Amino acid sequence: MQVQARRGDWVQVHLVILEAGDRAPQVPEDTAKVPLEMKVKGCLVEETAGIGDTVSVETAVGRKITGKMVAIDPPYDVGFGPPPVELRCVGAELRRFLGQEGSRS
Amino acid sequence: MNRAMDYASVMARRGEIMRSSVGIDYDTFTTGRIAFDYERMMSETGYALEEVKRIQRESNVGDTPLIELKNLTRLVRRISGPGKGARIFVKDEANNPARSFKDRRASLSVHNALMKGYKGVVAATSGNYGAAVASQAARKNLSCIIVQEVFDSKGFEQPEIAEKGRACEAFGAEVLQLSVGPELFYVFLLVLEETGFFNASLYTPFSVAGIETLGTEIVEQSRALTGRNPDAIVSTHAGGGITTGTARGVIKAGSPDTLIIGASVNLQGLHMASDHDFNRKSFTTGHTGFGFPFAIWPDRSDVPRNAARVLRYLDSYVTVTQGSVFYITEALAQLEGLERGPAGNTSLTAAFSIAQTMDEDAVVVVNETEYTGAGKHPYAQIAFAKKMGVEVFRGDPAEEKPGKNIIIPLKPEQIVADEVDLGRLRESYVKNACKSLGDKTVMSDADIDFLCEDTRLSRKMAEERVRENGVSF
Repeated sequence: MQVQARRGDWVQVHLVILEAGDRAPQVPEDTAKVPLEMKVKGCLVEETAGIGDTVSVETAVGRKITGKMVAIDPPYDVGFGPPPVELRCVGAELRRFLGQEGSRS
Repeated sequence: MNRAMDYASVMARRGEIMRSSVGIDYDTFTTGRIAFDYERMMSETGYALEEVKRIQRESNVGDTPLIELKNLTRLVRRISGPGKGARIFVKDEANNPARSFKDRRASLSVHNALMKGYKGVVAATSGNYGAAVASQAARKNLSCIIVQEVFDSKGFEQPEIAEKGRACEAFGAEVLQLSVGPELFYVFLLVLEETGFFNASLYTPFSVAGIETLGTEIVEQSRALTGRNPDAIVSTHAGGGITTGTARGVIKAGSPDTLIIGASVNLQGLHMASDHDFNRKSFTTGHTGFGFPFAIWPDRSDVPRNAARVLRYLDSYVTVTQGSVFYITEALAQLEGLERGPAGNTSLTAAFSIAQTMDEDAVVVVNETEYTGAGKHPYAQIAFAKKMGVEVFRGDPAEEKPGKNIIIPLKPEQIVADEVDLGRLRESYVKNACKSLGDKTVMSDADIDFLCEDTRLSRKMAEERVRENGVSF
């Protein structure tokens, strides 16, 4: 993983918005015990910075936000995952039920 | 000017921030302590139907196809009694620019922001609406900020919301990704105050007016394809917008007898603000965690008066299980060649059950589809649920326990739309209305009339419920 970013690189920063003790009164117990955190991406403002440094980013709409840099070029890594065994047979079962014997022909 | 930025101080400025960011003085519609003139608010601050159509045509929004699901209808008839099994149609809203019906709302909100001279728009949404606002803002050269609730305290991102965040960024929006908690609203207020941008709330009159075309198109297309008005429209219910807007459009199109049926995924038992429960659900909208609270108190929304008020329009309300929606989503892909949803298929799952009770010549319309994609797909959701310790197996969906397991039906007969007692929701609404009065437990005749309109309770019933809650009039 890249650990140094340069000015203009696309990075992600992390901020704590509300500490655990400052959460809204109506939140359930488990939520009250943890901070409210925020992540946002933008272009690095500083000349250079490393993961974990406090930096500023310029966001997509030009706002400046300061936080701890947690990622450089953060990927979109949510995938489809494997076709689950619990759904894999549903199509064939239904076609068979409709009298198509599990085939499309 | 240095203003206090702590939670309590910002929340205390809520009214002021809302007025300047929505541009509506809601007080002018007030007619009692609870009552307000809903129709006047809709006509004076919303847009007339012809104007909505024009704005949406210019934005490439709407005029989506109404598709008959012939194989699913065949399947319904195989498991229905003689003469039963209505024709099922679906409004393929995934054909909108950002690929869900939310573009209808966003096109009006963003148009309004532009007309009123705002430089940008902000929306607090973890759903498809974010991408819709970002897409419309991009077309109209406005800046866009989306505030989402995405990850839990362990850093696990809900895959569906992560995908929606990606879509927002693809359209050039700044995306603020937050951990679990209702204080998202606090961040939202801070952003509105700092930027002076328009609050593209889901619940303004513009947003709901934008959905009315969905209702009118369905009626017109149903007439053209089947020669009749739809007998029933099934609508996924969360915050109430799609159901309210569709129903209003259906009435405007001259089909007042069409039954309006709301459907939500059953997530009862899971706390929506719980850090632990957040990633134990596989549906991020269209579920009872929004559906119930918004039905019984619509004004919990991010504007003072929610334009989405479902108890005015719902003829019935049902719930379906997570496993049943995944099963029907798979069936839609395998039997109809339409890979959509899953969240939008909540109403389809309910329609699959409801159609079995309707005559063969009847027409039931599901009023939306939404796009699918990595993260936002049953495969991704099931893989993630397993990772979070939720059991997934084939069995009887009636035994599903939200957060503990997801039960994929063994056969289509097991898919059941469970009726919710609307009477109880109406009573809860009145209870909330009474509670909102605080210590001064008195309301006017106008308030009682409003309660009747907003809940469809009879005058006698409304008065009884109000008295039961210790309020005089």
